[in-house]
Amino acid sequence: MTTYRELLQRTKSEISELDARAAEDLEGALWIDIREADEWQEGHLPGAVHVPRGHLESRIEGVAPEKDTPIVLYCAAANRSAFAAKTLGELGYTNAHSLVGGFTDWKRNGGEIVMPRTLSPERRTRYSRHLLIPEIGEAGQLKLLDSKVLLIGAGGLGSPASLYLAAAGIGRIGIIDADIVDETNLQRQVAHSLDTLGTPKVDSAKRAIEALNPDVDVVTYRERLTSENVERILGDGWDLILDGADNFPTRYLVNDASVWHGIPVVHGSIYRFEGQVTVFSPHQGPCYRCLFPEPPPAELAPSCAEGGVLGILPGIIGSLQTNEAIKLAAGIGEPLVGRLLLFDALSTEFSEVRIERNPDCPVCGDHPTITEYIDYVEFCAR
Amino acid sequence: MTVVRVPPVLRTEAGGVREVEAEGTTVREVMEDLSRRVPALGTRVYAGGELQPFVNVYVDGEDVRTRDGLDTPVGNGSTVILLPAMAGGC
Repeated sequence: MTTYRELLQRTKSEISELDARAAEDLEGALWIDIREADEWQEGHLPGAVHVPRGHLESRIEGVAPEKDTPIVLYCAAANRSAFAAKTLGELGYTNAHSLVGGFTDWKRNGGEIVMPRTLSPERRTRYSRHLLIPEIGEAGQLKLLDSKVLLIGAGGLGSPASLYLAAAGIGRIGIIDADIVDETNLQRQVAHSLDTLGTPKVDSAKRAIEALNPDVDVVTYRERLTSENVERILGDGWDLILDGADNFPTRYLVNDASVWHGIPVVHGSIYRFEGQVTVFSPHQGPCYRCLFPEPPPAELAPSCAEGGVLGILPGIIGSLQTNEAIKLAAGIGEPLVGRLLLFDALSTEFSEVRIERNPDCPVCGDHPTITEYIDYVEFCAR
Repeated sequence: MTVVRVPPVLRTEAGGVREVEAEGTTVREVMEDLSRRVPALGTRVYAGGELQPFVNVYVDGEDVRTRDGLDTPVGNGSTVILLPAMAGGC
């Protein structure tokens, strides 16, 4: 029979142990804290990732896909990390080391430690279904809580977007809309209700968001976006824009401003049974002007008020936009950059076309000719 | 035969249908044929031998502006999508 002490001694003789200085000299090393969650909460080494010992085998390939990655493992006193280093060796990792003295010695010797940002128990409960998804988890949820998303319009597209962004815990949501809630809105604009008829849409949406999630800071702009106010509004610091405007001048204005400010735009538009969704990521993909250099003549650009729209359609398109926004905010997945998604509600068909950045684009091209705000109403009326 | 998908704002010109058929081995030929079959739609999107700038034309998911424009080949069984911008977020 082997005792724990004998096993530990034998294991330590079979693995590589590095002291703090040698470990710090290991270039490009991945530092893994294998302690339990409560130990991690009380502080950890800067830049370390947390993979509790019990999950090491199942998660290591996710954090270190390459088997020759230099890895420094640490626990409290270099015992658990010795066993962990042996296990990684058995999994084929050729450059895994245990940190001599572990966290205890590191801290005692005055090494830098950081306190992890964590979710409160209330937030842990509220966002539990996000926390269970490996791609989001606590780090992803904290990113969502730090994100600031500006909604252009609190109408058909803005309604589902405001509700789902709020539910997801986006930290700050800005809403621009000058309109008042009326009866014709309630067929599709689910953020509003009978209780808010006759009130400004921004106030009505704010009320719906706050009823859903008090974590969200709502900033309202009861005005139409124009060349005069766009700099002030974008100056409030937004990570991304969700465009649900209802007219071409605003669409082109949002585009130009977002390119100049370097803010990605999640674009959605709808008419009757059909919708379009894409993401414009300034200089990384096309912008709205690359896609549509000019708007159609007025008679081919009816609004929903003139041509109608199926009530659920903005629910679908606005939700797809929100999906893109949440992915961008959490830094996961493949955004719809360079791809225009088309949806037909009558046939229930999605199709996708490729869209490219135009090097001759007057705004985001290599030699831009439009470098300041223009008269967008005039441009769209030509 | 090529299927040409008609955007909602141009369906009046196409007699209310969502798709029309046209023949041709290039975008130009398809547009010429479309103009004969459905003149009201043809003249809206293709006038004076040029595509109207406000309509995007995709052949099998690729914007013809990023390929050979009107000379872009159209295969038998290809789908051509006509797509003007839509503004609505309402």
